Amino acid sequence: MSDRVRDDGYDDAIDALAADEGYYLACPDGHGSLPPRHACPHCGARELTETALPETGTIDSCSTLHVATPAFADDAPYVLAVASFGAVRLTGQVRAEPGTVEIGDEVAATVGESATTGDRLVVFELR
Amino acid sequence: MTDARVAGVGLTHFGVHPERTSRDLFAEAGLAALDDAGVAREDVAAVHYGNFMGELSEHQGHQGPLVAEALGLDVPATRYESACASSGVALRRAVRDVRNGEADVVVVGGAERMNNLETAESTDALAIAADGLYEVRAGMTFPGAYALMAASYFEQFGGSREDLAHIAVKNHANAVDNDRAQYQQAITVADALESPPVAEPLHLYDACPVTDGASALVLVSESYADTHDVSAPVAVTGTGQGGDKMALQDRQNMATSPAATDAATEAYADAGVSADDVDVAEVHDCFTIAEVMATESLGFFDPGAGITAAREGVTTKDGRLPVNLSGGLKAKGHPVGATGTSQVAELTRLLRGDHVNSEHVADAQTAVAHNAGGTVASAVVHVLETVADTEADAA
Repeated sequence: MSDRVRDDGYDDAIDALAADEGYYLACPDGHGSLPPRHACPHCGARELTETALPETGTIDSCSTLHVATPAFADDAPYVLAVASFGAVRLTGQVRAEPGTVEIGDEVAATVGESATTGDRLVVFELR
Repeated sequence: MTDARVAGVGLTHFGVHPERTSRDLFAEAGLAALDDAGVAREDVAAVHYGNFMGELSEHQGHQGPLVAEALGLDVPATRYESACASSGVALRRAVRDVRNGEADVVVVGGAERMNNLETAESTDALAIAADGLYEVRAGMTFPGAYALMAASYFEQFGGSREDLAHIAVKNHANAVDNDRAQYQQAITVADALESPPVAEPLHLYDACPVTDGASALVLVSESYADTHDVSAPVAVTGTGQGGDKMALQDRQNMATSPAATDAATEAYADAGVSADDVDVAEVHDCFTIAEVMATESLGFFDPGAGITAAREGVTTKDGRLPVNLSGGLKAKGHPVGATGTSQVAELTRLLRGDHVNSEHVADAQTAVAHNAGGTVASAVVHVLETVADTEADAA
């Protein structure tokens, strides 16, 4: 992992996800978002509560990427997906062979590493 | 309130010009627009300029005064950055300047230099239009984002890669005679289907190219056109802008772009027209699926119905509603910061009758330009209409 300065909120959330204690921020109306937030992006509410991320999510969309940015040059091809975990969605790479992942598949979220840089990232494992 | 008239347009060639700086490109386009307009240099009150990645590609920020100077102008100049919608938002500002009486003559445009970067570097640079923490760090790319939108669209509404291929074929066909276009070659559906995958279901021919180029417009007030005998037969009668969550994951529906719907609703109301009145459109087809979502957002088709429009000949050059007669981003090219005003430059020429494809829209009076940033977290829509030309009438 590169020795960049930590990003408040983001790195805390990734630390928690890596420790199987993933969370998101919920507002009083039940909207979900990811930190750092001072206001709910959906309704502007200021009262945001760290709430446990559901263990299982559902893939809403996915794509096999063949052309990557330099940070993922050695990772390509990889499956990128957006998955719903209750009130919040995450973007991550599915640890599965390209062509084997479909919309509607159930996944668990955790933290993995880029094969190119060793930087950590959100990854999904098929359940 | 006065309408802003388009008095002049200028475009460089769109293509691979890695050796040309943004200031060089914009000088060519901007001076061409000033010459086309025939306005006096000292009458220009401001320059509004779109540019997306100058810091990354040229190590050059603060490009507003740089490009004003390149035009030989000593006026307030501002650079706007809204990813691929940069010059669209610059145009919106310019239109408002003229409408509210702050200026009688403004130059607005944009430029982008991209091909001096390697492919991996430009992929990296384009990706900064996405959420840096929650998208880019997970491996999101610009094509990857539109691939996720396409996959979601197919899942919800149906559609196929072949439907998308017909959009690429149409836009390439439109660019064949456009000597400003990057790709003046016709392609076939088979060419598109057999091109290599970039981010499935999108393949190489679903994607716009990496382009260097610049575009510029000269806007004038109605009274200035009248009193200075300036020919300006096209008016910007409607402007609208919409916004959405930055990251695709935070959108309610990844297969629609409500920011563009909002922008269109505002622009149509501003102009007093409806989607049914539109005769010709330039839309932001950075990927083939983006043209589908754009035409649905603009109200030309119901959600889910735009996917077959090119295949069925509705949006082809001789169809009911020609879309991207310039070749679009797909074939004309997409110098990111220049795209928004290039669409309006092309439409102005189409309406004036001096575009190579004007014959296909000989009776057109109303045109729409749709310019989108990122995965349509920014959207700008402008309505153009032909107006009686005082100068031409006098002549």
